[in-house]
Amino acid sequence: MNLSETLHSAISSILSNKLRSFLTMLGIIIGVAAVIAMISLGEGTTEEIVGQIGSLGSNQITVIPGRSRGMPGMPVASRGGNMLEWEHYLQLRDFTFPGIKNIIVENTTSFPITYGRESVRGRVVGTTPQYPEVRNFKVDIGRFFDQRELDNAERVIVLGRTIAQDLFPSPEEALGKKIRVGRITATVIGVMEEKSTGIQDLGEQVFIPLTTMQKRLTGSKYIQSMTIQTETEENLDSVAQFLETFFLNRLKDPEKFSIINQQDILDTINQVTGTMTLFLTAITGISLLVGGIGIMNIMLVSVTERTREIGLRKAIGARPFDILIQFVIESSLLSALGGLIGIVLGIVGSQVISKFTSYPAIISVEAIIIAFSISVGIGLFFGIYPARRASQLDPIVALRYE
Amino acid sequence: MNQPVIKVEDLWKIYQLGEVQVEALRGVSFEIEEGEFVAVMGPSGSGKSTLLNILGCLDRPTRGRYFLDGQEVSQLNENQLAQIRNQKIGFVFQTFNLLPRLTALQNVELPLIYAGVPSQKRKEQAIKSLEAVGLEDRVHHYPNQLSGGQQQRVAIARALVNNPSIILADEPTGNLDTRSSEEIMYILQGLNREGKTIILVTHERDIASHTRRILHFRDGQLVDDEIVEQPLEAGEILKELREEKVVESL
Ligand SMILES: Nc1ncnc2c1ncn2[C@@H]1O[C@H](COP(=O)(O)OP(=O)(O)O)[C@@H](O)[C@H]1O
Ligand SMILES: [Mg+2]
Repeated sequence: MNLSETLHSAISSILSNKLRSFLTMLGIIIGVAAVIAMISLGEGTTEEIVGQIGSLGSNQITVIPGRSRGMPGMPVASRGGNMLEWEHYLQLRDFTFPGIKNIIVENTTSFPITYGRESVRGRVVGTTPQYPEVRNFKVDIGRFFDQRELDNAERVIVLGRTIAQDLFPSPEEALGKKIRVGRITATVIGVMEEKSTGIQDLGEQVFIPLTTMQKRLTGSKYIQSMTIQTETEENLDSVAQFLETFFLNRLKDPEKFSIINQQDILDTINQVTGTMTLFLTAITGISLLVGGIGIMNIMLVSVTERTREIGLRKAIGARPFDILIQFVIESSLLSALGGLIGIVLGIVGSQVISKFTSYPAIISVEAIIIAFSISVGIGLFFGIYPARRASQLDPIVALRYE
Repeated sequence: MNQPVIKVEDLWKIYQLGEVQVEALRGVSFEIEEGEFVAVMGPSGSGKSTLLNILGCLDRPTRGRYFLDGQEVSQLNENQLAQIRNQKIGFVFQTFNLLPRLTALQNVELPLIYAGVPSQKRKEQAIKSLEAVGLEDRVHHYPNQLSGGQQQRVAIARALVNNPSIILADEPTGNLDTRSSEEIMYILQGLNREGKTIILVTHERDIASHTRRILHFRDGQLVDDEIVEQPLEAGEILKELREEKVVESL
C-alpha cells in the first residue's frame, strides 16, 4: 500500500468525523498557538529592548560613581557621592589603552533655557566632542562643539530638536542665536536630529562643553558618568577589566564606582528571555503532551471502533505493517493538521495581542518549523501504540468483533 | 502431476474459554482438487466457519496440517499469509464486510491497493470485476445505498478482483432472500465454470445442492463426503422465479 493511498484513506477517515477530529486536535492547536504567540511576542519585545540599547550606541562601558545600577546611555542618578573627577577623564584619555575608541563624559543638570520671551526647562548635558559618535546621535543642523571649544570652556550650545522647536519658529533659525542657560549666555551652533529611545524623547536636551558647565554653570569638578566606547565587541571584556583596575587604583574602594558593561546587560536580557523561553517551552511541552495523550486516546477509540475494518483489511491481504502505517499516518496527519491550525491561530493571535498592547510581535520561522515538527512528532509518537495494537489484531477476532 | 489445491490432515482446532475447552474441529482430513465446487454443510456450531477461516489463512489450526498448493501453511509467516490472502484467496462473508465509507468501486479496489497495483489499472480491474457480478451501474454507490444482494455481489467482486484461484464463501446467502441467494449462486456457478475452486459454507440444503460435492460436518468432524449427482442450476431457478413474478403481477 503506497503513501498516497494511505494519506487518502487517513484524510477521509479524519473528515468522516469532523467534530471529533477537531476536538482531538484541540490540545495540539492550543499548545502550538500558545508557543507561536509567546515566542513571537517574546522575541519582538526582546528585540525592541536590545534595539533601544543598541540605538544609544554600541560597544559601551559606562562608569558611574558609587554602587549603582542602570543601563549605559540611561545614566542613573547616582547616590554614590562625588567620586569621579574631570581629572580621571583626562588621565584615562591619555592612557591610550588598546581597544578604547572614544571616551565621553556626561553631566546632566536641569536649568531654565530662555530665548527672548520663550523659556523652557530642559536637561542640560555637559559633555565632550565625541558624544554624537558614541551615542549614535547626530547633529542635524550646524555642528557639535569641538575639542578647542571644550578646552577653552566656550559658551556654545547645541539644542535638542524639541527644545529648538519650542524656542524658535523653526530649528534652522536657532543657529547663531544667543540663548540663556541658567546664568550664562551661549551661542547656538547646532541642532540635533530627532531621536527617541522609545522610552524618552532625546530632543529635550541641550549640550554644552563639560568644561563650560563646570566652570561657568555649576562650579563642580565632579562628573556624573563616563562612557567608554571600544573598537569592537571583543574588546569589551578586556577594557572593562582594565577600567576596574584603573579606577580601583585611583579611588581605592570598589564601592566608590561602578562599571556597567553594555554586553553584560545584553547578556542579562538574553538570559532572562532565555529563562522565560525555557519556562514557556516547558508549559507548552506539557500542553502538547496533553494534546498527544488526547490523540492517543482517540486513536485507541478509533482502533476499537474499526476493529472489523482492520479484520477485513487483513482478510483481503493487508500486512501488519500496512495497518500500522495507516494508523500512524492518520494520527500524524491529525496532529500535523492541529499544528497548522495552531500556527495560523498563533500568528493571528500574536498580531492581535500586539495591536492591542503595543508589544511588538516577531513571527519566528524557526518557532513555526519547530512547532510543526513537534506536532507531527507527537502524532507519530502517540499514534504508534494504538497503531501497533491495530496491526497486531488477530483477523478472526477482529472480524467477529461486534 | 495433479496435486490437490487444498489438503488437510487431521485438523484440530481447540478454543480455550476460561476453564472450558471447546473443540471446534476434531481431526478433519480431506482433499479438494482444482476447479471443484464444494459445499461445507452442517448445523450451527459444527465448526464450518472455523474450518473455512483456517482454509483462508485467517486462522491457524491447533493441530494437524494444511497444504495449500502443496505448501504447508503453518510454515508461513504473517506477511506471507497476508500475501496468500491477497493473491490466492478471495473471501466472501455472510455479513458482506464492506467498508461503509467507501464506494462499491473503492471497496473492490482494496485488495489491489495491498497488491500494489497502480491507481489507473486498479480502477479498470475493479470495474471489470463489478461488471462480472452485474453491478456496472452501481460503481459509485455506497454500501448503504445498495440492497443486501447487491452488497454481497460487491463483496464477490472484491473477492474476484485479484483473480484468485480459490473463492471461500462463509454463508454468503445467509442474510439474503431466495431470489438474491439464487443470484449469488448463479454468479458462483459461473465462476466455477470458468475454473475457480469454490468452497462454500452453508447450513441450507437448497444452497448446498448447487454445488457438486458436499462435506457434511457435525460436532467438528467430517461425517459424510457426498457427491451431488445433479446440481441445481441457479440460472434456471432464476428464470422460474421471474416467470412466477410475471404470473403474480398478472
Ligand atoms: N473464538 C472462539 N472462541 C471460542 N469458541 C469459539 C470461537 N469460535 C468458534 N468457537 C466455537 O467453536 C464451535 C464452532 O464454531 P463455528 O466454526 O463458528 O461454527 P459454524 O460456523 O459451523 O456455526 C462453536 O461451538 C463455537 O462456539
Ligand atoms: Mg459459521
